[in-house]
Amino acid sequence: MTQSISASIDADSTIKIVDKRLPGDLAMWFFILAELSVFAIFFIGFAVTEQLNTELFTASKAKLHPVAGLINTLALITSSFFVALALHAISQQKVRSTVIYLVLGQLLALVYLVVKLWEYSFLFDAGIDIETNTFFTLYFLITAFHFLHVILGMVILAYITLRARKNAYQQDISGFEAGASYWHMVDLLWIILFPLVYII
Amino acid sequence: MIGHQMMKGNAMNTLKYQSQAVAKPYFIFALVLFVGQILFGLLMGLQYVMGDFLASAIPFNVARMVHTNLLIVWLLFGFMGAAYYLVPEEAETELYSPKLAITLFWVFAAAGVLTILGYLLVPYSTLADITLNHLWPTMGREFLEQPTITKIGIVIVALGFLFNLGMTILKGRKTAINMVLMTGLIGLAVFFLFSFYNPSNLALDKYFWWFVVHLWVEGVWELIMGAILAFILIKTTGVDREVIEKWLYVVIAMALITGILGTGHHFYWLATPEYWQWVGSIFSALEPLPFFAMVLYAFNMVNRRRREHPNKAATLWALGTAVMAFLGAGVWGFLHTLSPVNYYTHGSQITAAHGHMAFYGAYAMIVMTIISFAMPKIRGIGEAMPNRAQVREMWGFWLMTVAMVFITLFLTGAGVLQVWLQRLPETGEALSFMATQDKLAVFYWLREIAGVVFFLGLLCYLSSFFTKEKAA
Repeated sequence: MTQSISASIDADSTIKIVDKRLPGDLAMWFFILAELSVFAIFFIGFAVTEQLNTELFTASKAKLHPVAGLINTLALITSSFFVALALHAISQQKVRSTVIYLVLGQLLALVYLVVKLWEYSFLFDAGIDIETNTFFTLYFLITAFHFLHVILGMVILAYITLRARKNAYQQDISGFEAGASYWHMVDLLWIILFPLVYII
Repeated sequence: MIGHQMMKGNAMNTLKYQSQAVAKPYFIFALVLFVGQILFGLLMGLQYVMGDFLASAIPFNVARMVHTNLLIVWLLFGFMGAAYYLVPEEAETELYSPKLAITLFWVFAAAGVLTILGYLLVPYSTLADITLNHLWPTMGREFLEQPTITKIGIVIVALGFLFNLGMTILKGRKTAINMVLMTGLIGLAVFFLFSFYNPSNLALDKYFWWFVVHLWVEGVWELIMGAILAFILIKTTGVDREVIEKWLYVVIAMALITGILGTGHHFYWLATPEYWQWVGSIFSALEPLPFFAMVLYAFNMVNRRRREHPNKAATLWALGTAVMAFLGAGVWGFLHTLSPVNYYTHGSQITAAHGHMAFYGAYAMIVMTIISFAMPKIRGIGEAMPNRAQVREMWGFWLMTVAMVFITLFLTGAGVLQVWLQRLPETGEALSFMATQDKLAVFYWLREIAGVVFFLGLLCYLSSFFTKEKAA
């Protein structure tokens, strides 16, 4: 690991090395795979239940706020983009840009949290909660579980922001990559969740 | 220093800290109780097919209570011994108070023996009267049958134990293994407190009962198991502490996330909201993952070993506990954890199959692992038992483990047939409970034979444990 990172600082060999190795730490990838498994089971459970209760699901989906979902999709994709820019910046040791990109990424994550909370209160006001029907049981479970992941992802981003500010990634950026990988996972999950739960 | 006195006169002193020797009485007493547990298991196994056998002296319900309570108590003795052995070595300092550890041993042992004698010698209701259960009723619940006074004793012992370990860690090195172990042990003590809460509403009673039972075995005990396994792997393989600790964190993070939310698989039929069917099913379906990670972890570390540790038996137990925990807790747990499946299998012999292999694989075997590693050092034999004794120990390992696989398979067969005959039929052809039990007799006989083999394996193990031979 250390070998490939020291090589990546060398401008000439950057592209070759980045292509070859797994970014971050293997332990983080194991954790990400475990997380993806949980969501995969949730998504499959949702899809199968939808096939068994088509009318209920269609009627319930109509009660969701599609614009809120769209705003959140854009917020998370853009946030992930800034985190990718931050990773690019830190690999070139541009600490100031790294920190700015990470802060922008976290601000967009905050937009997600606010919109999602608004959406929950919008549903509660309409008298809808987790026990309304099977669709909303799954809607609240899946989105709330994802919501918790956004919060955990923000904690991780905040941690790597502080570490970047302290110049902790001069030798080894695998910790940074592990955090960024986790954040991309959170984004990826939403990209599957949004069409599955809101649209299709 | 008690540990020092124990070691006097031994030429092969390989203990890093002499106070680690306080683990010895804990380990020995754990094994004594283990023998008792198996004897009562054999008795019950026979009563399944010969209902009158010793039924007036030791009725089935009493034998069952003794069998399960001995299991829990010997594992607790094992965990305590493990902690007294492991914490000083990790903290790189002597135990804060060996005297307190020995005193608490005698308190706990006396309370345990008196409680078991109480179960055996007087009717349970009389035991409740003698121990003034009416003042604070906590008796009568499965696995938590102990009189209130015993429960209070357990809390006092646990507090003294945690104090002793906590003071040791505070004055020494702080390692991830010690932190994970302490978190597990503190969790064990905290969740036990729910055994004092006994609501009269039956649904609530069961609800909080699971806070002890589930959050022990599928929560904090997994931290204890992970910490002990990590310690043994560091010692026997010589792989870098950083690597082993990093994977320990991954394993326990997954164990806690799946285990805590997995509590939902006990809430399916307790008048709880419907979403528990989803939460319980999905998260408990993933509980095998951390156990599978432990298998990869243990085998990888052993394959990457940098030294050949002479204690082959301890390494075998460490690999064995990972595999058997994955099968027993992971795979056999998954078999009946999804709510649409559990609707039919709840409380059947499939549950018994899972319970046997999970407890043996995850918890009996991890205690055997640390005993196997620590005892030769505590007894001054050296890094490991002599080769011949190790061979006998490994025979014990294989006999017990293979026997447990067969016990589990026979109980699974019994469970599948039971569900088929008694639970699945929607109309009048479903058999009654007792009529079904008669049809399962062949499986119960086979299980009893496997149980006898298990007991022989245990005797083989003990013959190695109590060997007088010295290393060559």
